[in-house]
Amino acid sequence: MPIKVLISTPLRPYAGKQSVIDVTAKTVGEALSDPVTRHPDLRKHLFSDDGKLRSFVNVYLNDEDIRYLSKDATSVKETDPITIVPSVAGGI
Amino acid sequence: MALKIPNALYNQLRRHGEASYPHECCGVLVGEFDEAGGKAVRGVVQCGNTRTDSPANRYRISPSELVRIQREALQAGFDIVGFYHSHPDHPAGWSATDLAEAHWTGCSYVITSVENGRAVQTNSFLLLDQEDAMHFEDEELDIIEQ
Repeated sequence: MPIKVLISTPLRPYAGKQSVIDVTAKTVGEALSDPVTRHPDLRKHLFSDDGKLRSFVNVYLNDEDIRYLSKDATSVKETDPITIVPSVAGGI
Repeated sequence: MALKIPNALYNQLRRHGEASYPHECCGVLVGEFDEAGGKAVRGVVQCGNTRTDSPANRYRISPSELVRIQREALQAGFDIVGFYHSHPDHPAGWSATDLAEAHWTGCSYVITSVENGRAVQTNSFLLLDQEDAMHFEDEELDIIEQ
């Protein structure tokens, strides 16, 4: 059973217009590597030139931010959805 | 292209701005994209403003709330189509901060000016393009009477 990576609205044009991508992975890093390999345009929207996750991109495993887990090395199970959401902020 | 929103939901987001005054309110618009690129709002989800350091002129939605809202929207057959926030005692136009912090291309950003605690003007702006070319365009707000 694959792991589901949920793609938010602004990223879908770079991910084959898909809202969900099924991947096979043991870690979050592997799970993110699969979609950006299949969809190279997605890579620059998720990662900076040095390969780090962009500051405004949030990756969640279930309801947990991977920055507060083990980041890319965080283990994943088939029942754990991964969600990618850009931040929402602003003001006067 | 327009953002279609039922009158009750339109009033709901404006009331949120009034209730949060003198702080900024914020929330998520859940609905559907149509073939022509327009959007229809089916639900308004109020969020907390996590910018507690400067809530009168800044807002931020917790990513964990976004994750939950997006997951529930997808399960219901809907999507996140936009966001809303208020500008206390400030016009209902997008600011430099709004643009600098905007990342949801293709989505609507609805802004309500709240003057002395009363919602005055509500406008919608469509975020287009990426990175240096990213910009807002005025978007028709089509309020549907029900």
